[in-house]
Formats: sequence, structure tokens, C-alpha cells
Amino acid sequence: MYAIGERINGMFKSVAGAIRESNPGPIQELAKAQLEAGAQALDVNVGPSAEDPLVAMEWLVKAIREVTDAPLAIDTTKPDVMTKGLELAGPGSIINSTKGQQEQLDIFIPMAIEHDATVIALTIDENGIPRDANGRGEIALRVVAAAMEKGLDPSRVMIDAVILPVNVTQPTPGHVLETIRNIKVLSDPPPKTVLGLSNVSQGTTQRELINRTYLVMTLAAGLDAAIVDVLDKDLMDAMIAAELLMDRAVYADDFLKAYRASART
Amino acid sequence: MAFEMSVEKWASAVNEVTIGATSEEGGTRTSVVTVGGDTTLPFLHFEGKTPHLPAVAMEVLDVVPQNWPAAMQEAFGDVAEDPGAWAGKCVDEFGADMICLRLLGAHPDQADRSPEECAQTVKSVLEAVGVPLIVWGCGQSEKDNEIMPRCSEVAAGENCLLGAATEDNYKTIAAACMADGHKLIAEAPLDINIQKQVNILVSDMGLDLSRIVMFQSTGGLGYGMEYAYSIMERTRLAALSGDRMLSMPMLAVVGSESWKAKEARTPEDTAPEWGAAEERGVVWEATTATCFLHGGTHIFVMWHPRAVGLLRKTFDSLMGEEA
Repeated sequence: MYAIGERINGMFKSVAGAIRESNPGPIQELAKAQLEAGAQALDVNVGPSAEDPLVAMEWLVKAIREVTDAPLAIDTTKPDVMTKGLELAGPGSIINSTKGQQEQLDIFIPMAIEHDATVIALTIDENGIPRDANGRGEIALRVVAAAMEKGLDPSRVMIDAVILPVNVTQPTPGHVLETIRNIKVLSDPPPKTVLGLSNVSQGTTQRELINRTYLVMTLAAGLDAAIVDVLDKDLMDAMIAAELLMDRAVYADDFLKAYRASART
Repeated sequence: MAFEMSVEKWASAVNEVTIGATSEEGGTRTSVVTVGGDTTLPFLHFEGKTPHLPAVAMEVLDVVPQNWPAAMQEAFGDVAEDPGAWAGKCVDEFGADMICLRLLGAHPDQADRSPEECAQTVKSVLEAVGVPLIVWGCGQSEKDNEIMPRCSEVAAGENCLLGAATEDNYKTIAAACMADGHKLIAEAPLDINIQKQVNILVSDMGLDLSRIVMFQSTGGLGYGMEYAYSIMERTRLAALSGDRMLSMPMLAVVGSESWKAKEARTPEDTAPEWGAAEERGVVWEATTATCFLHGGTHIFVMWHPRAVGLLRKTFDSLMGEEA
């Protein structure tokens, strides 16, 4: 599984504080710790409280680039902030994210082509989040068609079927699993699938248990990537075991260690 | 519509490993051998690179084997008592890229030679030839733990390939390897899971993954060859898919295993309907080697000069213009 570390996000107090005080230390430590824990890319989100998101994104990406060349997922809905982040992060970055309505696709897909980036598309459009898997699939199809029409290879599109907290809507985890399975037949090569996992457990009392159980279920359904808390060791262990059970890695008694060593290089 | 070749895009490559050190590199070898670096399945030149020819290591034993096949007696009988001369013949007459010195004489059931005696044998072979050396113990763990550190020491700086670390016995040889600047053979009993585990164990000791060559205790044609082949293939696929713990080049012991087969060693007068004995043995060895070549083997430990010749022809034809 392609693991995108979620922790550099202004929603976290320590990150918001570091941004406010222009103190790169905590950000850089988080970047290194997440990569060490198995992240292959790092999500970068300035958070809701940043005074000037453009300035904050510029500062964040520069601070991270001082310690790593790992791919960054620039996490914003604002095109100007996205462009700035992509410029500074360099080729191979991830646009996180566009929604499914045409006017957004018209902005972000060409942006992905221009910056040699992958684009995450949420299955949300002008009507909001669909109620079921069919609605999610329709939006995903629209995204893939738009990508092909504009010349972006579908393998550089990641569909995020949008998980909601299980204590808010209990049928949604099932709809998302069905969507992940359906998306694989949309095109050849198919788009990738991704999930902002932690949302599934928002507001619950057993966040880590729900996160790792649902991650394993989504992997079994064919999920390619997830934005997760890679510092949650139990979560990563469950992911590695799931990869093994799906025959994506060769067993060895120290398979956890082997997976982590391979992911780091 | 024009034919379009189906090409797989691989994420990774086999590690490149060099055996041997010239005077510039702190050794006394006159040549070195580099294997690996492949970015595709064996010899799919349209898909990726096969940057190096596989290497032939001809095997030299420190004791004359009992029940040696007549064909081997004929080829090496004149030098069989002298490992240095034997090695020299392999290099000068048959163009061996490397010598694989097998210290069978250390085995308590054989001559039970001391670490010092074994080290002297290693020295004599190093002095006799300029090609890189594989130095392999007798296969009995306790005894190998005595002889290999000393053998490693006398060859310090020569960048030899030492054999072999196993799941149950890897610490002594891995430590010697690191101390004296050698490469290491990680051995598994026809088991990809154990192979991966041995690689993890030795790398945990601090030996860099780029200093390991893998060896599945391969059998000859008719004796588990196809199972070995399937493990090799799966190993290469894992390497190309990015499994760092299975990305090392592979070695196969072809000569001794092939000539163990009754089809290879039964004399002509016992089985006249099987045809000329030497021909059978040579073809048995060459066929086994060819199979492992297709499986992705990089280093071949060979016995008979004619089998070596046949294998080299196959190298050349498969490498094509990349040779």
C-alpha cells in the first residue's frame, strides 16, 4: 500500500503552532518520523487557522524540502495555494484534491499535467456526497473521462471514495468498499484508489481499532493508497499483514521488519 | 495493426554485486566479476537491461571426491591432489571467471583439517590464480565456524564470496565477512521464505544487502530442478517488484548436483542403452545450468569443462547484442 502520512496538518495544534511561529523544527521532525515509520509520501495541509494559506503553504513546503525529497501531497482546495505548493515541491507530487464537478476538473487536471503530478479526486460534486456506491462510481467515471480527454493517464488519477465517520452514517463504509471494487473496471489501466482513512473513526471512542480494521477491509477490496497516521504502529502492522495475506509480499518470519526496510529504500 | 510487444514496467532491479579486488582496490586479483543489475526477467532485452553476463565459477575441491565420475577424473585427475594446480587449469585451459574452492577436507568425516590447513589451501589457490574466489566451508556448522574466520582472514581485502550463512548458523561467517571485506552467500533449503529470513538476519547484523548473494540449495535435472526454477523465478519477480530483502543476485551449484544423478554418473557398461557416459554427464550438467540460467541465476558453480563450454554458448546466444 502506498502510505501517505497525514500528520503535517494545521488541524494538529503542534503543527499550527509551528506555522504560526515559523519554527521549522517540529515540522521537519514530523516529516522524518513519518518517513521512518513507512510513509512514502507526506500530506501537507496548512489547516483552517492559517492567516494567509499561500504564505503558510510556501513556508511549510520549503521547511519539509530542507529534510526530504519524498513526494508531497499538497492538501488544499485553493488553486493558487495548490500551484504554489506544486511549484516548490517539484515533479511527482500529489494534488489533494479536486472534486468531481467539471469546473474543478478543468482546473486541477491540467495542473496535474503541467506539474507532472498525480491528482486525487473526491467522489463529491455540486450535489454533495452521493448516498451510495453507484453515485460515487458515476463521479469517478466522470473524472476518468475528463482525465483521458485532457491527456492525463488514468493511472495518475487517484479516486477517493470519501469515507464518513461510522457514528454518523453506518452504511457508508460498505458503499466505499463497493466503490473501490467498481473503480477497477473503469479504465485500462484503471485509476488508483485512495482513502483519507482517519475520517472513518472521527468522534468515536475506539479510533485506532476502527481505523486499522477498516484499512484491512479496504485493502482486501483493492485499495491502492491511503492517507493515514503512519505513526500508529498497530495500524501499519495490520496493513503489512494484509499485504502479506494478499500475496503482495513474500513471507519471512520477520516480515514486518522486511516490509519496513523495503519501504524505506 | 502492427504487433506491439507487451512490456512490463518494473519498479526495481536486482542488486549489482562485484566479487574480487584488484591491487587498486586493495586485493591481488587480476580480474573481478560483476553480476546482477538486471531490470527485467532474464534476457528480456526488449523490456529492460541485463547489464552483465552471468559468471562461471569452476569448482575446486581440497580432497579428491570418492566415486568421482570417470569424466571428471579424465579432465582433472592430473591436478586433483593440488587445489592450486586444479584452479590454474580451470582458469588457463577452460577460462573460468571465478574459482569456487570447496573445503570439504575440513569435514570431520573427511580429513578433519584444521583451520590453519584450510587457510593454507585458500592461500595457495589465491596465489595460483588471478580470478576472484568463492570460499565455501564443508557444510558442517560447528566445523565451518572454526575454519571460515581463519580462511576469511588470510584472504582479507580480496573481496571473496564466502559460503554459506544459513538460518541456524550465520553469525560467525557474517562477522568474518564484514571484518575482512568479503561478500556473503546466504543459503536456504529450497524455500523462498527462509531465503528472505536469512537475508534479513544477516542484514540485521550490519552486513549491507549489496554484499549478499543468494543460494537455494538447488538440485539437478530430475532431482528438484523445476522446483528450484520456480523459486528463482518468484525471487526475481519479488526483486523487480521492489522487495529489497530478495533483490540479491543468485548462485546455483550445478556441477556436483548434476553429477549426483544416476543418469549422469552410471558407467556405460552398466547401462549401455543410455549411451556414452561422458556425453550424458556433460549434457546433464549443461541442461541443469541452462534451466537455472532461464530462472535468473547469476553465478554458476560448474564441474565439467565441456558443460562450461555449452553454457557459455547459451550465454552468448541469449545475451545477443547486449553481450
